[in-house]
Amino acid sequence: MTKLALSDEILMKIDKPARYIGNELNSVKKDKENVDIRFVMCFPDVYEIGMSHLGIQILYDMLNRREDVWCERVYSPWPDLHQILKEQQIPLFSLESQEPVKNADFLGITIQYEMCYTNILQILDLSQIPMFAKDRTWEHPIVIGGGPCTYNPEPIADFFDLFYMGEGEVQYDPLLNLYQSMRKNGASRAEFLREAAKIPGIYVPSLYKVTYKEDGTIESFSPLYEDVPATVTKQIVTDMTEAVYPEKPIVPFIKATQDRVVLEIQRGCIRGCRFCQAGMVYRPTREKNVERLKDLAYKMLKSTGYEEISLSSLSSSDYSQLQELVTFLIEEFKGKGVNISLPSLRIDAFSLDVMGKVQDIKKSSLTFAPEAGSQRLRDVINKGLTKEVILEGAGMAFEGGWNKVKLYFMLGLPTETKEDMRAIAELANDIAVRYYEIPKEQRNGKCQITISTSFFVPKPFTPFQWARMYPPEDYIGRAKIVNDTVKEQLNRKSIKYNWHEADVTVLEGVLARGDRKVGQVLLKVYEKGGIFDAWSEFFDYQRWLDAFEECGVDMDFYIMRERPLDEIFPWDFIDTGVTKEFLKREWQTAMGETVTPNCRMKCSSCGMARFKTGVCVADRS
Amino acid sequence: MIKIRIKFRKYGVMRFIGHLDIMRYFQKAIRRAEIDICYSEGFSPHQIMSFAAPLGVGITSDGEYLDIEVNSTCSSREAIRALNDTMVEGVEITGYVKLPDNAKTAMSIVAAADYDLFYKEGYEVPLSVTELQDGILHFFKEQEEVLITKKTKKSEKVMDLKALVYDFEVSERDGKPCFYLKLSTGSSDNLKPELVVASLYKFMGIAYEENAIQIHRRDVYAADDNGAGFISLLAMGEELL
Repeated sequence: MTKLALSDEILMKIDKPARYIGNELNSVKKDKENVDIRFVMCFPDVYEIGMSHLGIQILYDMLNRREDVWCERVYSPWPDLHQILKEQQIPLFSLESQEPVKNADFLGITIQYEMCYTNILQILDLSQIPMFAKDRTWEHPIVIGGGPCTYNPEPIADFFDLFYMGEGEVQYDPLLNLYQSMRKNGASRAEFLREAAKIPGIYVPSLYKVTYKEDGTIESFSPLYEDVPATVTKQIVTDMTEAVYPEKPIVPFIKATQDRVVLEIQRGCIRGCRFCQAGMVYRPTREKNVERLKDLAYKMLKSTGYEEISLSSLSSSDYSQLQELVTFLIEEFKGKGVNISLPSLRIDAFSLDVMGKVQDIKKSSLTFAPEAGSQRLRDVINKGLTKEVILEGAGMAFEGGWNKVKLYFMLGLPTETKEDMRAIAELANDIAVRYYEIPKEQRNGKCQITISTSFFVPKPFTPFQWARMYPPEDYIGRAKIVNDTVKEQLNRKSIKYNWHEADVTVLEGVLARGDRKVGQVLLKVYEKGGIFDAWSEFFDYQRWLDAFEECGVDMDFYIMRERPLDEIFPWDFIDTGVTKEFLKREWQTAMGETVTPNCRMKCSSCGMARFKTGVCVADRS
Repeated sequence: MIKIRIKFRKYGVMRFIGHLDIMRYFQKAIRRAEIDICYSEGFSPHQIMSFAAPLGVGITSDGEYLDIEVNSTCSSREAIRALNDTMVEGVEITGYVKLPDNAKTAMSIVAAADYDLFYKEGYEVPLSVTELQDGILHFFKEQEEVLITKKTKKSEKVMDLKALVYDFEVSERDGKPCFYLKLSTGSSDNLKPELVVASLYKFMGIAYEENAIQIHRRDVYAADDNGAGFISLLAMGEELL
């Protein structure tokens, strides 16, 4: 029987002990004496969030298929346990073996959002692993980072031994094989890192030198040695249908945020929205074969017993076999008490028909993400959606019995004017007007339109990576304009408006496009007690401001400048496949308020065609 | 429609999984084992399933029960095997019986439960078995009335242990004292075993160290139709051959 890392006293005292005991269905236990490599995979947030992440489930399954590797999991201990681990000097442990993380060969950390950076430091600290990569020896695991935030790894570069650029399915075998053979041959840690840097997609920050100009921008970024590649190439899966996928995902005991079977139907997006990092870095769009998906759905529902299945992709409506897949899922599983949860689909006759079958119309709502209020600004951001399409979709839905609509927008987009802000409220009003056109006896009471706005954060490897941001009070001013305009509308009583906090936005902006100088600030924030900064109840803006001040790092440098086209960015050494030339072209096309056609309509030569896969090689008809 | 009662053990690390999560765990396990369970009507149908008596976090048990309704069923032996093939370590199915069609749910008829309370490894035992036997004699057996106050979040309630404790013994197990209690259980007069032992300790003037003692539920009972006695919930159904 498993011996738990925590005593009964501790487990009975803390919130949700199930977060820390492992033993979940389909979790993998191996005899540690019979494996060569111990790998601990970490999502640096609380268990319920981390367990909802598809990427870890994929890699966990893939790594454990190797007999010589045991992959385990660890998540951020909640502040109640954090304090106990610190006070009693109990080393952080992995769930499966309940043994210290520091005994593993690798600690892999997936980095999904900027505000979890302090939690990465928490993981290292509680694991009793030196914070800085330079202080680690073979006594410590190789700390490897992956996930979307590694498209600019520089703010956290000092804390990682290496980063994996791109999709994890591709290069882990070569990396682990190299580790195995070099450890057997008694190589030093430095020798291993040097060799690892030659594997495509592996970035070893300590092997690169950055120099800065007087104005703080980067002068040069280059490898320290000739045999270390100057450019790190993102890795992509070329055959999505054959790619590994977990047929027996882990089923948590406590309710995770994503508590259902998740079926990834495709990767990438054809749309090319200019603000969207995922839409650029996951190019090209690659579909999974529908027969493979049907088979996976069967196997995963059978192996987990879940009562719900959901489709995952950036834009499910663009999946070419969607109709066949959804019809199959409904016919096959609906009668067996399995709910089909559909992601936000484009509203049309087909999606309304299936939504009517799988949801309670009275309770469910329609979702539109126009992202910008005016057509002009939607053209700037390349969001193809038009007002006519929205009103037509909403009209169809209203006539079908729906009366709740959610609208998502961003404020602070490049070129945004007061008219664009006001247009958000006006669009909501137009939708309400469309609802009240339905005769009173045929409609279902009042309609409820909810507008939500977030503030735009420019991300690396997007056409908007050159854009500037604004001070927090400026963002709040924009939200106020929307709010005031909502109140002027005829149908204001049917419209509700929510907006996000602006402080976090500004910090996300600094971390998203920061350089290596920002790392010391992260450490300072952690030392001041900052953890779980993605949680509003723990986030303390002043703590961050103080840390920047004490470290002498100027936030405005990272966010308030519109960056010149010839500036060297901290992330320029990464080759995501999409060329900087394309991104520049898109930035300029955006300023010309011109739309670029999607990948199915026309190739716009972003650079991905050289991978010869997915939509790049599909018929355009 | 067939009424089924399932008995299971909960042990090891599973003692830290709370009642609501155990319910969710079984909903999935029933699907994995392909038990032909009945669903309610409506947009989000749920399984017809109810549990006998919630078990607190940290407590292990040899006698947990849930009732389900099925459209069809295989034999008890086959159902137990199918379920056990898909259990995690720490949950074991030990019974699967058919109930009479007019049977009430376990939840509504629970009347008593048996518990063992014993010292975990590494904890000091404050009194010997003989001293504790003496204590039980003076505190419980010799008195006409044993009044204690049960505190809940909302209120305080005075209860007479004489009416709610059906058995209270202490014996030696692995050189340490081990309490055995049969207690009133259920929605109306629910008594927690640690409250009884803590009251004894208070009576004897020693501190009750909550962390030192492991609580284990042996079985859960309904009142026997004949009157005085109790009947194990499993014995109310018949094995499917």
